[in-house]
Amino acid sequence: MIRFENVGLRYGLGPEVLRDVTFGIEGRSFQFLTGPSGAGKTSLLRMMFLSLRPTRGLISMFDHDAATLSKDGRATLRRRIGIVFQDFRLLDHLTTYENVSLPLRVLGKEEVQYRPEVVELLQWVGLGECMGALPPVLSGGEKQRTAIARAVIARPQLLLADEPTGNVDPNLGQRLLRLFIELNKSGTAVVIATHDIALMDEYDARRLVLHEGRLHVYD
Amino acid sequence: MSMTKPVETMAEPWDDFEAVTPLALAPPAATPIVPNTSIAGRSLAAVVAIMTFLAALTTGAVMLIVSAASDWQADVGREVTIQVRPAPGRDLEADVRKAADIARATPGVADVRAFTKQESAQLVEPWLGGGLSLDDLPIPRLIVVKLASGMLPDFGALRRTLAAQVAGATLDDHRRWIDRMRTMAGTAVVAGIGVLALVLAVTVLSVTFATRGAMATNRPIIEVLHYVGATDNFIAGQFQRHFLLLGFKGGTIGGGGAIFFFGAMEAANAWLVGTAGGDEAAALFGTMSVGVSGYLAILTQVVLMAMVTALTSRRTVNRTLASMD
Repeated sequence: MIRFENVGLRYGLGPEVLRDVTFGIEGRSFQFLTGPSGAGKTSLLRMMFLSLRPTRGLISMFDHDAATLSKDGRATLRRRIGIVFQDFRLLDHLTTYENVSLPLRVLGKEEVQYRPEVVELLQWVGLGECMGALPPVLSGGEKQRTAIARAVIARPQLLLADEPTGNVDPNLGQRLLRLFIELNKSGTAVVIATHDIALMDEYDARRLVLHEGRLHVYD
Repeated sequence: MSMTKPVETMAEPWDDFEAVTPLALAPPAATPIVPNTSIAGRSLAAVVAIMTFLAALTTGAVMLIVSAASDWQADVGREVTIQVRPAPGRDLEADVRKAADIARATPGVADVRAFTKQESAQLVEPWLGGGLSLDDLPIPRLIVVKLASGMLPDFGALRRTLAAQVAGATLDDHRRWIDRMRTMAGTAVVAGIGVLALVLAVTVLSVTFATRGAMATNRPIIEVLHYVGATDNFIAGQFQRHFLLLGFKGGTIGGGGAIFFFGAMEAANAWLVGTAGGDEAAALFGTMSVGVSGYLAILTQVVLMAMVTALTSRRTVNRTLASMD
């Protein structure tokens, strides 16, 4: 699904923050991406999401060379990837329902087509009562679940989550992990970037550990 | 790597939530993706309204001038004047009669009317005062020659005949005035096109600045749209829809104002018919009406301004998106 080969990244003329990163993400797999703060987890996720170009190396996404993709080609590939940002990135003027259905609107689907699907997903993540609420009035956990629902509504083949439990209490963190596991069981490959050791100890999964710019894979 | 408990023992994700929201209660996705409030809507609509009003006013004024000039040309072009100057030792009345006869005998002439001595006195009365004896002054006499429609007399032959047979008679075919009016009307059209070009340029610049501002304000929204797989074309469409509506709104207000202005002018003209001022205005500008074609031109300008607004915003959005990677 995704293949990184000898990928390096530097910002401007600074030192390489990622060096010789080589790994692959298989379909239906589940992995944690971890490492200390500032190790480059978000940068690696952004490269996996095609929103950051590496300074060297090869990135292959769904059998496409990421370096040769056009802008529209990147947009098309992104539709196969769902991403959950640490800061949620919800649109404050849209309701919870509208935020979640945004990827489907972008795909050009009619509301009558996706309405039952969105309502069902919102109910599944426990937001059935908040469909008409705007993000500013939602709690942190509700925003997180809205962001997750938006990331998975278009049934992506890969889900990337950046510190999804960073803003929630341990109980909610465990619930979110359970949600990701359920999504993985339904066929979505999952990459969770986190430095929460307790969370990773909850579930036995592959770990990608970033340390001093290099990636170590523990299967 | 440790694992404290198996997945199966973990709580269900949201088993304490009551997922019973009826489908019908879910709000529809009706909110525009680009919020209306983030676009400087009112000020831009006002700019487009003012620009459309000025453009429509310019178009209407140019159409009035061209129409009036055309009427004047038609009026002036339908007649020529023979001027008979008094000469020592000659009978002016006989010269006038002879010149009139020559004109009457010329093919293409419909009617000939020689001004009498009294009428000539009335013509110069505004400058010289009343109660004047023309016998004391060498005032020329005028003969108005009306031309038949569809047939132009041979002015060269007429001019030569008059010069040969009536001393002091000259023919004025008003060509100088017609040329001047044609030049004036042409100048008005060129000036109008210039003003329209400036109005369009100001509109394009205003919309460009407003679009850039809207793009900067909505950058986080654009980023999210990119993240959920939106193409630049989709994003540009979201912005263009807003600016097209703004353009139509502004254009309708401005064009409506111009239509009201010309309608009011036409009504005032009709109301003033018969008064001295009304007659003066009618003599200068004809009916003071831009007519159906004028109103259609204004409506076309409303559509044009909306299109210019939409296309300008789309061009700016595409350029901005191209610069965002």
